[in-house]
Amino acid sequence: MATMSRIEATFAALRQRQETALIPFITAGDPDLKVAAEIILTLVDAGADLIELGVPFSDPMADGPTIQASSERALAAGTTLSGVLQLVAEVRKKTAVPLILMGYYNPVFCYGVERFVRDAVAAGVDGLLLVDLPPEEAAEISPLLHESGVALITLLAPTTPRERMQRLAAVAEGYLYYVSMTGVTGGQKISPEDIRLAVDDLKGMTNVPVGVGFGITTVADACAVGTFADGVVVGSALVKIIEKYGKSEELLPEVAKFVAELKGGLTALTS
Amino acid sequence: MNYQYPDERGHFGQYGGRYVAETLMPALLELEQAYAEARQDPEFQREIDYYLKHYVGRPSPLYFAERLTNELGGAKIYLKREDLNHTGAHKVNNTVGQILLARRMGKKKVIAETGAGQHGVATATVAALFGMECEVFMGKEDIRRQSLNVYRMKLLGAKVIEVTSGTATLKDAMNDALRHWVTHVRDTFYVIGTVAGPHPYPLLVRDFQSVIGIEAKQQLQEAEGCLPDVAVACIGGGSNAMGLFYPFIDDLSVQLLGVEAAGFGVATGKHAASISAGSPGVLHGNKTYLLQDDDGQIQHAHSISAGLDYPGVGPEHAHLNDIERAQYVSVTDDEALHAFHQLTRLEGIIPALESAHAIAQVIKLAPTLGADKIILVNLSGRGDKDIHTVAESSGVELL
Repeated sequence: MATMSRIEATFAALRQRQETALIPFITAGDPDLKVAAEIILTLVDAGADLIELGVPFSDPMADGPTIQASSERALAAGTTLSGVLQLVAEVRKKTAVPLILMGYYNPVFCYGVERFVRDAVAAGVDGLLLVDLPPEEAAEISPLLHESGVALITLLAPTTPRERMQRLAAVAEGYLYYVSMTGVTGGQKISPEDIRLAVDDLKGMTNVPVGVGFGITTVADACAVGTFADGVVVGSALVKIIEKYGKSEELLPEVAKFVAELKGGLTALTS
Repeated sequence: MNYQYPDERGHFGQYGGRYVAETLMPALLELEQAYAEARQDPEFQREIDYYLKHYVGRPSPLYFAERLTNELGGAKIYLKREDLNHTGAHKVNNTVGQILLARRMGKKKVIAETGAGQHGVATATVAALFGMECEVFMGKEDIRRQSLNVYRMKLLGAKVIEVTSGTATLKDAMNDALRHWVTHVRDTFYVIGTVAGPHPYPLLVRDFQSVIGIEAKQQLQEAEGCLPDVAVACIGGGSNAMGLFYPFIDDLSVQLLGVEAAGFGVATGKHAASISAGSPGVLHGNKTYLLQDDDGQIQHAHSISAGLDYPGVGPEHAHLNDIERAQYVSVTDDEALHAFHQLTRLEGIIPALESAHAIAQVIKLAPTLGADKIILVNLSGRGDKDIHTVAESSGVELL
């Protein structure tokens, strides 16, 4: 590719500084789209390197209770996929941080795949991560995304057989998302040593950065995983803060504090 | 056969497929492989046949509903009596098949989702038979409505897990069952109750339910020496209908007629008629017709029959609709209740409210056809579980 994408440029810069990417996840529209825009800019100021924006869905089958509730709050606040795209366009005027939409296939499918890709590019979306769209079913959207330079992020799980991992890693775009445990988001305690073995193995199969998520809730978790992964995704723990502070004045300072702690922990790994 | 669906990736035309989280993909591929092997193994089929005959009580009778036929004054009506199966519905045909497959795969635990509780009871029953651990996910709202079936499952040794997420009904029970499966996928077999979900489930369930149509075809041949003109079945997810339809799919003279639940009426928006009034989308691992808003958010379904109260439909029905091999219509709660009473009084058979939807369509259809025509209708379950609902609808209070 002639020019580097924002995702590639971000990881390249981090690699030079030998830093691990901090990738916070929030649900777009929780507590509402207006506040979500402020949260995104707060995340960037506090040290987020990339941001995953959850597109709310009525039936989030891969999510635990925290993100389910967040999704419900966003829908109750009237969030739609076109509202999320407007949010991205709005935020894109103020920051170059890579923004990845994460969610389920149905809202995208109903929006219309071609229309979605066109509008996502126009808004400034960098990547798309659809939890229930395995590569086997992605044929109706992946060529369009590829042409448009929007990365379709591939998920790999502890249950993924090695041969399948190799096959999927070979065609990965943006970054690979390694699901750190067999469960739903925000689930049980992770085992960093098991994750390390899988991620080390995975890194031998691809040049694409490897991010790890699901169940990383504390600075200690993030640091443990950050020693070997290229990126660390923190979702439910952050969403809990948003749930707790809602639209109160304390929301943005509390978000900033948590994210700065995570970033501080990850940066300290290199020094 | 001329009809060759699903394809090797589980697609029925544009429908079906395998829209699941990566964590589950390997389990589905393992299941697909195990089933492909089992399907070729005569010993597996013998085992199924044994339990269907001696445990379920198959073949179920094909009964000529003479009084209903005379009353309606048109086509001859034959009832396929799935209500006489052990546990009182067609659901057990599938749970026997899937649990025998689970045993073959060395799984010791099974989970299931249930709406009205019929599939939950059928799963708990067969799990008890084989001494397997069983957990059933059921919406809080359905637990309240179907307390009898909840207690039956507990008596059978199953653990009933109350689902409070989302709308606390069948679709949410399926979400939570999938979440549980993601977390325990290594040792747990998910027994899906209908011809929906990710591939290979729609295929598995169709195969295990096809015994309905295979028997009916042979029984009608013996009784009348011909094929039916119309085969009618109710559709929630659509497993009893698929079981009836599939063996007739290449017999193009047989009209296949699926009956969805129109609830208070399709125009009111309070219904469960996914094909008649929904649009294509992706939910619970497959692409199919769904009840959803413009933004792709799944909407609430409504039916007086808890077993039809689901905002989607099996992907093969979506395909059969689009290629016009089957037709799909809908009947309201009131029409189903009327049919419930009419069959009960005329034939001494109390049907499940689900099956009463199929009967309601027959009541409309039979008088329009000549006496030389034959309607085959799947009486998919018995109505004992619905007595409270029916009494309530008639203003009768039961203790």
